[in-house]
Amino acid sequence: MPKSPLKIALAAVAAWVLSAAAATALAADLTVSAASSLTNAFKDIAQIYEAAHPGTKVRLNFGASGALLQQMAKGAPVDVLATADQETMDKAQREGLVNAADRIDFARNKLVLIVPTDARLMPTQLNDLTQAGYTRVAIANPASVPVGRYSQTALEAAKLWTALQAKAINTQNVRQSLDYVARGEVDAGFVYATDAALMKDKVKVAFEVPLDTAILYPVAKTATGNLAAEATSFINYLATPAAQDILGKYGFAKP
Amino acid sequence: MDVAWSALSLSLQVAGWATALNLMLGIGVGYLLARTRFVGRDLLDTLLTLPMVMPPTVLGYYLLVLLGRNGWVGHWLQVSFGINLIFTLKGAVIAATIVAFPLVFKPARAAFEAVDSQLEEAGRVLGVSEIGIFLRITLPMAWRGILAGVLLGFARALGEFGATLMVAGSIPGKTQTLSIAVYEAVQAGQDAVANTLVLITSVVCVVVLLGAGRLAPGRVAHRP
Repeated sequence: MPKSPLKIALAAVAAWVLSAAAATALAADLTVSAASSLTNAFKDIAQIYEAAHPGTKVRLNFGASGALLQQMAKGAPVDVLATADQETMDKAQREGLVNAADRIDFARNKLVLIVPTDARLMPTQLNDLTQAGYTRVAIANPASVPVGRYSQTALEAAKLWTALQAKAINTQNVRQSLDYVARGEVDAGFVYATDAALMKDKVKVAFEVPLDTAILYPVAKTATGNLAAEATSFINYLATPAAQDILGKYGFAKP
Repeated sequence: MDVAWSALSLSLQVAGWATALNLMLGIGVGYLLARTRFVGRDLLDTLLTLPMVMPPTVLGYYLLVLLGRNGWVGHWLQVSFGINLIFTLKGAVIAATIVAFPLVFKPARAAFEAVDSQLEEAGRVLGVSEIGIFLRITLPMAWRGILAGVLLGFARALGEFGATLMVAGSIPGKTQTLSIAVYEAVQAGQDAVANTLVLITSVVCVVVLLGAGRLAPGRVAHRP
């Protein structure tokens, strides 16, 4: 039977719509928004979680914690939120996006200053960054990225924040800072110890940046998500030895 | 609203430089493609059109790898001339120029192809030099088509985001253009700033499009 191209196209669209509808009906899509620094660990955890929980598909959405919060504030359908700082989670709580009772800390990280492996200069303290040999320093945007805020706090405590403004290259998330250092586009950058460990061949850690407050990662089920049971199950899973092993493998410490 | 005005000024600088470069390059390449036959002409046209269809992030990556401190071109520029393009306004201009180029040279090529070659022949018979023919016959007749493309290219350069962000970064007062400032404001939840920036961008774009519309080839008929 000869068919017109239009009929074939319509049939294809109908088949696609039906299959999409069928897929959503069968598997529960759990949307997890997580801080950029969690990218590798959460991909691994999602994989073993799915294996242990057939029927749940974990959809991961990575970005700067501040950006994730704004997506939710504008109505993005998210079931679980994991941020790299308490401040962003506090904001989410104030905006009614998560409930205080639902949040729990699940990992700990460290702030480090990194330089490219082939760098000629090796800073030993924050003050060294004011030297002429350092022309560009990657610092994530403090307005939306937690690692940027941690860096700002450390630099302000050392009375260097204003002095370094001319050298600062604002980045959108911690992984962009890491990438710029790895490519040698900047002379140094502030990232988490876990990020630095991912690119040992291209970046080296100069020193750990001292902070007054610990870098604690909170996770919470969202108030707006419609998969509350699955969300709770995923969050509980983060505390299991299997998930903690993965986090540990990437360098995250226990909370 | 310092952020907004410095971002607007940077956007206009980037788009202005990109447009000036594209005006010269677009006329040159458009004329070359319209009037000469050579092996690989279609391939060249395709390659130059790529930035229009390729994702800006792909282009940004190419530029970062090429122009970066460790890139082929970037390293050479740094060592030979001490020129550095990444995280500078120059880098943003290069990104915007490449992205907008297809919008400029395509209409220019079409405009040159539409010029009646008999008029040029007549000039030649009357003893006008080749440069004279180009400047006094071909270019004036193709001008409206070229200008419409240039205005569209200006608008595209003004709105460039992806490639610019990767190559020039987002340094307030230095490389943070309007479109990037909007992105930053939205990411940080600063809706008031975002609203102002969006409004400014919209007004500028409408003005540019109105200008381009007035110069569209359809109006050529009104020419005396």
